[in-house]
Amino acid sequence: MSEHKGIWVLAERTPENKIVGVTLELINAAKGMSQKLSGEEVGVLLMAGNGDVQLLVKELSEAGAQKVYLVQNENLQNYSTELYSKVAVEAINQKKPSIMLIGATTSGRDLAPRISARLNTGLTADCTGLDINEQGLLAATRPTFGGNLMATILCKVARPQMATVRPKVLPKAEPDYSNQAQVEQINVDLNPADIKVKVLECLNMCTSACKIEDAEIIVSGGRGIKNAEGFKVLEELAQALGGAVGASRACVDAGWRQHCDQVGQTGKTVCPKIYIACGISGAIQHLAGMSSSDVIIAINKDPEAPIFQMATYGIVGDLFEVVPALTAAIKNSQLTCSC
Amino acid sequence: MKIVVCVKQVPDTSDIKWTENNTMVREGVESIMNPFDEYAVETAIRIKEANPSATITAVSMGPPQAKDVLKRAIAMGADEAILISDKKFAGADTQATSRTLAAAIKNKIGNVDLIICGMFAIDGDTAQTGPSIAEHLGLAQVTYAKEVQYSGGDNLVVKREVDEGLQTVQMQLPGLVCMLKCDYEPRKPSIKGTMKANKTEIPMYGLEDIGLTPEEVGIKGSPTFVSKAFRPQPRESGEMINAGSAQEAAQKLIEKLQAEKILA
Repeated sequence: MSEHKGIWVLAERTPENKIVGVTLELINAAKGMSQKLSGEEVGVLLMAGNGDVQLLVKELSEAGAQKVYLVQNENLQNYSTELYSKVAVEAINQKKPSIMLIGATTSGRDLAPRISARLNTGLTADCTGLDINEQGLLAATRPTFGGNLMATILCKVARPQMATVRPKVLPKAEPDYSNQAQVEQINVDLNPADIKVKVLECLNMCTSACKIEDAEIIVSGGRGIKNAEGFKVLEELAQALGGAVGASRACVDAGWRQHCDQVGQTGKTVCPKIYIACGISGAIQHLAGMSSSDVIIAINKDPEAPIFQMATYGIVGDLFEVVPALTAAIKNSQLTCSC
Repeated sequence: MKIVVCVKQVPDTSDIKWTENNTMVREGVESIMNPFDEYAVETAIRIKEANPSATITAVSMGPPQAKDVLKRAIAMGADEAILISDKKFAGADTQATSRTLAAAIKNKIGNVDLIICGMFAIDGDTAQTGPSIAEHLGLAQVTYAKEVQYSGGDNLVVKREVDEGLQTVQMQLPGLVCMLKCDYEPRKPSIKGTMKANKTEIPMYGLEDIGLTPEEVGIKGSPTFVSKAFRPQPRESGEMINAGSAQEAAQKLIEKLQAEKILA
């Protein structure tokens, strides 16, 4: 066990070949934890196609990576469960990191359990807090029971200690332009015939132009919106603020919005700077998806609605009057979010 | 086509109450089939309806009362069910759970073409058991699935919802699919189905039946453990904005957001 050293982050790339935000957040978290582990190395595992990776390495360096373990192969240009898990397992077996952190994105949560199951090690899902405890172990904290209970989970013996971490919960560092990560190539033999799942088509189907999980401001609608057309006032407010439009489960079940816009336990978990809940009563399943937002503004006709108990600001009133008034006032004063 | 559906019995998280010691009050809490697993069962039934020679076996790991969710799966339309249950399985994390389920599927069902799971369980919320079962059985996998189409042969077409949008993929069988909420609702058990479920014997298998050792299951077989559980700090309720009109309320709110430097 003592031979395992170093904190690794698995780098994820966007389809546009940029490093995703959560990777940078994890590098920053790894830097902090490294200080509690007498300066163990912060390494990043980067899998990429055969193209130029200089910009990617630069971004990882600026985020604080000390070392980039690079695996390049034409078959790694796009994500596949089979090849990415094979590379990650081989790289881990060669270099023996003590901790492996992966973003809790759809790809990250597809990949991480394959790696941990093959390595027979422990994996903690969708964490919102990471720390090193007195014994030098990774203490990964995560919500369970729909956010009703927090659990801190340890992996005492098996290595690496693995966790997927929810995007946008942990802070990114300011870029350090002087840091230059060392790059080490790792070679892994890959056979494209191992890929059992082929992508036939990819469409962006979401109603909102901006994805809710990326938005700093979300204007969200519930049953009180009454119908699909009712979302127009929310879209106008979202547009004025530069935000995205979300929805409660009731609206999605009624067919007013797409499932990819759904906030809550059976939808997405979001943590924007501002969450404006319009006509949402605040069922616990909905709260589970948005309660870590910085500022929550609730607009509801019913003064008894549970959403008011957790809102930073509450307005009792008809959303069809209050929301357009807000939009107009924001446009008039040309305000934007200071985030 | 041999289909296995994995289902889990979970407490209905909407009415959970907690003691002062952060343990769950189990009395009076309704146990339900994990909502995502209902979509898994529904998806399996839809495949069977289009391919009548298909068979569906529902599998659950849990205490003896987990038979209830297996009966529900049969009442919805599954052909048969098995329960994996042993005191030695208690305290299993996702690693030990997936290893146990994989061993049971391999040894007690065998030659499976397709396994369908729910993407998450609403109690644990890990989304790890499905892909880990696929790993233990060496199967292909498609996660975040919303729709499954099977029209014979050894391929399955799956629509999945990922961060980048809606993806259509083709998976070579045998494989495992983890279902999100679909555009179709899971059916309710029919009266005929419920009568069949009541008559169906659900075999129960323990550690010795599935070919694992005591070290591979339960707490002993789990690399992770919960060192601490605590209730999250409830958000303090904030400020109600009282105003005579919507315009006035909007203005007051904006002033507050400016004062707090949230808007500038």
